Amino acid sequence: MRALLGSVKALNGAEAVAYAVKQSNVDVISAYPITPQTIIVERLSEFVANGEIHAEYVNVESEHSALSTCMGAAAAGARTFTATSSQGLALMWELLYVTSGLRLPVVMAVVNRALSAPINIHCDHSDSIGARDSGWIQFYVENSQEAYDTVIQAFKIAEHSDIQLPVMVNLDGFHISHTLENVNILPDQVVSDFVGFRKPANVRVEYLGREVPAVLDGVTPISLGIIALSDYYYEFKMMLVDAIDKVKSVIKEVHNDYLKVSWRGYGDGLIDPYGVDGADIVLVIMGSAAGTVKYVVKKLLESGLRVGVLRLRTFRPFPYEEVVKVLSGVKVIGVMDRATSPGAYGAPLFNELRSALYDLDSRPTVVNFIYGIGGRDLEPLTVKRICEKLLEFGRGVKPASYVEYVGVRR
Amino acid sequence: MSKPLTVWDLPKDEFLAPGHRMCQGCAAAITIRHILKAAGKDVIVVMPTCCGEITSTVYPQTAWRVPWIHVAFENAAAVASGVSAAIEALKRKGEIPEEKDIKVIAIGGDGGTFDIGFQALSGTLERGDNVLYVCYDNEAYMNTGIQRSGATPLGAWTTTTPVGKVWRGEWRPKKRKDLIAIAIAHNVPYAATANPAFPVDLYTKVKKALSIKGPKLIHVLSTCVPGWRIEPEKAVEIAKLAVLTGMWINYEYENGVYRVTTPVPKRKPVSVYLRLQGRFRHLTDEDIKKIQELVDADVERINKLVGKQVIGPVES
Repeated sequence: MRALLGSVKALNGAEAVAYAVKQSNVDVISAYPITPQTIIVERLSEFVANGEIHAEYVNVESEHSALSTCMGAAAAGARTFTATSSQGLALMWELLYVTSGLRLPVVMAVVNRALSAPINIHCDHSDSIGARDSGWIQFYVENSQEAYDTVIQAFKIAEHSDIQLPVMVNLDGFHISHTLENVNILPDQVVSDFVGFRKPANVRVEYLGREVPAVLDGVTPISLGIIALSDYYYEFKMMLVDAIDKVKSVIKEVHNDYLKVSWRGYGDGLIDPYGVDGADIVLVIMGSAAGTVKYVVKKLLESGLRVGVLRLRTFRPFPYEEVVKVLSGVKVIGVMDRATSPGAYGAPLFNELRSALYDLDSRPTVVNFIYGIGGRDLEPLTVKRICEKLLEFGRGVKPASYVEYVGVRR
Repeated sequence: MSKPLTVWDLPKDEFLAPGHRMCQGCAAAITIRHILKAAGKDVIVVMPTCCGEITSTVYPQTAWRVPWIHVAFENAAAVASGVSAAIEALKRKGEIPEEKDIKVIAIGGDGGTFDIGFQALSGTLERGDNVLYVCYDNEAYMNTGIQRSGATPLGAWTTTTPVGKVWRGEWRPKKRKDLIAIAIAHNVPYAATANPAFPVDLYTKVKKALSIKGPKLIHVLSTCVPGWRIEPEKAVEIAKLAVLTGMWINYEYENGVYRVTTPVPKRKPVSVYLRLQGRFRHLTDEDIKKIQELVDADVERINKLVGKQVIGPVES
């Protein structure tokens, strides 16, 4: 094995994110404090205060202004970063759609936290899952190391000339953001060379009769954020749909390039399977609880049971082709959602996954397990029981319900 | 002393193209046109959602011959702060030459300034960001069809302050909030009011504001043909009457000093301003008397700030 590049630092996930931003030649940072994201903005402020990075730091009065400031800066050609959680993301809501609609490559870390009411500071994915239709690319990481690696990759993906879309890097509140881990840090120069500096994509402007960088440079008279009604709006949205369809290959490409630099990778960059090959049952999950699930599955594998875990690294774009490929032939699938969708038949990950599997010749049994809402602990024993249930379904027992809420008092 | 500027001395450049879809007689169009004449081409304009925004950029056309961005309704100031921060950062990196002076101007309506954009505006002003914020104030939500805003004056009819048996137009029994005082309370170096009937004054103030580093605010009265129920050809005349009656005072604040830029030795009664507008048609003599008292009090306040009587009494 090649000697590890860089150094090892004891960092929690929030600090790992801040460190990645520090190394990624960011020009403008704007954010607003909210638990459990606050550590990110504190560390970044320290880096700016100590002159360790050249970025402008704009201390705004709300998350709404944080994203607005990043959008203004990104529109003017800067590489930008912001971070938030829960209510903060909810306050940004309308702007999430504007960011992707204006094709501004803002990178945002979302430290996942439950939404009010009741107010709660602990983890679930209801904040970012709710933003799934906003046109942002969404990563869900498993640990601090992946948070660090993904933020670096995010800038390259967001700014790719075919993409030009915002990226949300989601890390579980407290489980990742506040948990100290050994994180391998690449040397500054290696990261700087990897991400480079932002080069705005060119667009052809008809009334100028030429291609110009799609930024407000104070010289080229381009209008950004125009009004397009029923005669053009649909085409703009279609361009966004087409762009996000190209994201999967770019994520794989950037993931692969990063692998060559860091010797670290996560599946193919989109999905991260563990023991899925030849498995009878597979649990599908996103985020930090994948670690707990893998721990249980490992023991079950050792006892001779054919159990696998499929961790999705991206939810947007949803890697349906990749998922179908690895899950075809699996008889029973348990989908672990960390968000509720009141009134829906199961939670979003379950719905999208089941939909992706619908066209298989022999459809598997797919059951939804909703867990960890508001930071409720997911214990290994619970995971073990879920696996036992799934194995029963595999033996022909019909599920009493296809949507189960685990770990909740009734 | 140099010869005073006249409209003939203003630059002939037109950065707001003709063919925009603002109403005939729209004072916002006059205002924007003169702001851009003062700013020149090295400028980035930020607009919140407003009349001027939707009418000037109906895809696939744009009336803007300078870089321009619109993001949302309540955040023009924050977007402008971001643009300004990017210019700083890119200069530091050497991507924009240090000597290049790119101005950042946010131009928004009264809804996007007094109401929904107030918080972001406060943030930009208190941080000291290098942005000129201009509010063109047509005294209601005209873009959505004449609804009451925090800038709607006492007595004015709007579709949400209709004239009925109980309500008689806008009911707030005092002067609306004072945007200039609010800006000054944020310790800005420069704040001013301006009026489309006095384009040279407006031009001069924008020029001056752009020469000062830090946050600046200019508040411009913006007569609105459909919203005020006036004839297009009367828009400038009515804007002028606002000044001649003391309903509007052209003044500026620069580093602690107040100066009235359009002195009015003898004021006309407010009725001559109000009676030309359909939105005030229902006002009784008693209502007008109340408005006159509010204006008298405001004139006295401004005269005090300036330290002498620059706005005179109502001519009999």
